[in-house]
Amino acid sequence: MDLTKVDKILANHKNDKSMLVAILQDVQDEFRYLPKEVLNHINKSLDIPLPEIYDVSTFYKAFSLKPRGKHICSICMGTACHVRGSPVILETAKTHLKIEPGQNTPNMQYTLNTVNCVGACAVGPVIQVDGSLYGNLTSMKTIQLLKKFEKD
Amino acid sequence: MAKRLLSWNDLKALQKELTKNINPKARWIAICEGTGCRVYGCLDVSKALEQELVKQGISDVKIMHTGCHGFCERGTLMVIHPEGIFYSRVKPEDIAEIVEKTIKNNQVIERLVYEDPQTSKKIPYEKDIPFYKFQKRMLLGQNQKISPTSINDYIAIGGYQALAKVLFEMTSEQVISEVKTAGLRGRGGGGFAAARKWESSRKAQGTPKYIICNADEGDPGAYMDRSVVEGNPHSVIEGMIIGAYAVGSSDGYVYIRHEYPLALHHITEAIKQAHEYGLLGENILGSKFTFDIKISRGGGAFVAGESSALMQSIEGRVAEPRAKYVHMAEHGLYNKPTVLNNVETWANVPLIINMGSAAYGKIGTENSKGTKIFSLVGKINNTGLVEVPMGVTLKQIIYDIGGGIKHGKKFKAVQTGGPSGGVLPADKLDLAVDFDRLTEAGSMMGSGGMIVMDEDNCMVDVAKYFISFLQEESCGKCVPCREGLKRMLEILNKITDGKGEESDMQTLDDLSQLLAEGSLCGLGNTAQNPVLSTIKYFRDEYMAHIRDKKCPAKVCKALIKYQINKDKCTGCYLCFKNCPSNAITGQPKQKHEIHQDKCIKCGICYDVCKFDAVTKE
Repeated sequence: MDLTKVDKILANHKNDKSMLVAILQDVQDEFRYLPKEVLNHINKSLDIPLPEIYDVSTFYKAFSLKPRGKHICSICMGTACHVRGSPVILETAKTHLKIEPGQNTPNMQYTLNTVNCVGACAVGPVIQVDGSLYGNLTSMKTIQLLKKFEKD
Repeated sequence: MAKRLLSWNDLKALQKELTKNINPKARWIAICEGTGCRVYGCLDVSKALEQELVKQGISDVKIMHTGCHGFCERGTLMVIHPEGIFYSRVKPEDIAEIVEKTIKNNQVIERLVYEDPQTSKKIPYEKDIPFYKFQKRMLLGQNQKISPTSINDYIAIGGYQALAKVLFEMTSEQVISEVKTAGLRGRGGGGFAAARKWESSRKAQGTPKYIICNADEGDPGAYMDRSVVEGNPHSVIEGMIIGAYAVGSSDGYVYIRHEYPLALHHITEAIKQAHEYGLLGENILGSKFTFDIKISRGGGAFVAGESSALMQSIEGRVAEPRAKYVHMAEHGLYNKPTVLNNVETWANVPLIINMGSAAYGKIGTENSKGTKIFSLVGKINNTGLVEVPMGVTLKQIIYDIGGGIKHGKKFKAVQTGGPSGGVLPADKLDLAVDFDRLTEAGSMMGSGGMIVMDEDNCMVDVAKYFISFLQEESCGKCVPCREGLKRMLEILNKITDGKGEESDMQTLDDLSQLLAEGSLCGLGNTAQNPVLSTIKYFRDEYMAHIRDKKCPAKVCKALIKYQINKDKCTGCYLCFKNCPSNAITGQPKQKHEIHQDKCIKCGICYDVCKFDAVTKE
């Protein structure tokens, strides 16, 4: 694992302990998750107790301690999407991908997540795949969308 | 590198320079590039328009790439000035015709003109469309005139003049007094008087003092703040600098949700520009006042929107709220005096200074002044962001502006105030919307989410949705919140599974009281609102689940069944082919059957059947 990248992130934040959340965000942007080695490295470099690092890493939904799939599919569970049927969309996605939210497909093509509102309520139900939003979904359209990303 | 503005005169001169060549008759086109319109593909529309103008050799038409216009239902939105012709649902393939007919020959294209769903009348001009006509867009209206990443656009429409006025003509006491007279109340939820926070912080001991903008808009179904930060970030920055001057603060933070990448990008860019222009940093506009803003990204925790939890998060810790007897105004971020307001509150500050508190105070009701932005979503025809003076009725918002309920269905309830709010039924539609009236009715203003529900929505399911949301987002510090919400969710699950008992209603009520009294922060002590308000107004629906084991709205999965009507089924195979859980069996040309043990109730069979053979009961 290339820890020089981590040192660079730490230097960007002036090795400031109080920047832990921001540092972990940058680490996650770099590695797509928070690798154990990196957390140990932050523990030693900044002298932050490991339990405190894990406390923060597991508290915020944005962080993942496990590697994530090639495509991150987040189903919006905001209120507007809920009243327009997002629970059915989630059920369909779970059945189609055969995984629960927070899990990866065995081929690591997909990570399935839920998100509490992306603010695109006009086009709900909404799914976010790799940062792009897809709206006005039905169960059928959900399966078509997921199939599209299965190939690339 | 832009020239630093060293005085108010420099700012005035720049504004004059930027506006001197503006011809009011010149043609320009505003394209909405907010997050909503991006889902509809507005960036492709913009690109197509740019290319077409080049192709046709038209160089005197300016394209303004703006933030959110609010009418998200109809994206991609395009407004052609100076007439104000409003085109919606614009696609790249429409562009050639728009350029040929409208831009070159001043013709209106009927096909792209908005049609009022209630009167079927075509309305070509933006100002005549009911969605816009009945609003008072003091904040959002600016979005349509500027490019969010251009500080010059903001200065051209009078941006940063309020700041200059404050710096050179007012004392900090006068600023606070002005905000107090205007009656500005925090738009983030509680509706606390902004000037009172500012005043206590100004008087408090300790340096540095901090100013925070809460852009961690966590209420699901609400996106007002995102659109303001995305569409007009400088208005928020200007408000914060004015607040900092009033309080005597030198350091500010914008705490923003990581789920809003575009807003984050725009505010980052805006802060950079404000620096280059000398509007942030040392000696702002050549005055003695110094102030700077940093950005802190949220980590996806709803509770981090609570003020004390938010400060913990900025300090790099888990976002757990603390007791409120210690006031943030005196001991906030890093234990120093801190003023925290949300995006919309800050954006109102320059307006108050520019308009004067007397004029501002004339808008709204006695104790709720100014306008409020609502995100009008759910089962409504005109989904979008609406800005109205406080005191208009729910009916005006939902019917006059919102155009009524989708697909001609019947209105059932509107949920306001996010997870801490409640639902209001049809007989509350005449309620005047302000901070106090909503609270009296058992809901609250919250940050401004307004989720409209129709007859197909189950109120027990809605209560369950919010409790499930809150129990997941509870930080776990207070036992009544951590455990109480879990128990409430168990009970609601039991009811929606058809296993509820009548005594459950009493238990829900008991737990609600416990939550209200035994939790430290707003998440816990208002968490009972969705349950109590649905019980108050829709008790019958709970009883239908408990006594009759039926979900009248046909939402609760355990209580509904999809079946195939053998008389109508033609054996066309379509449902069989599309069922994701292999719950349907049958041979081609023969009757099909749904196996309930495998059915996930996704409704695909119901949607795809061309013979109405699938029934939902």
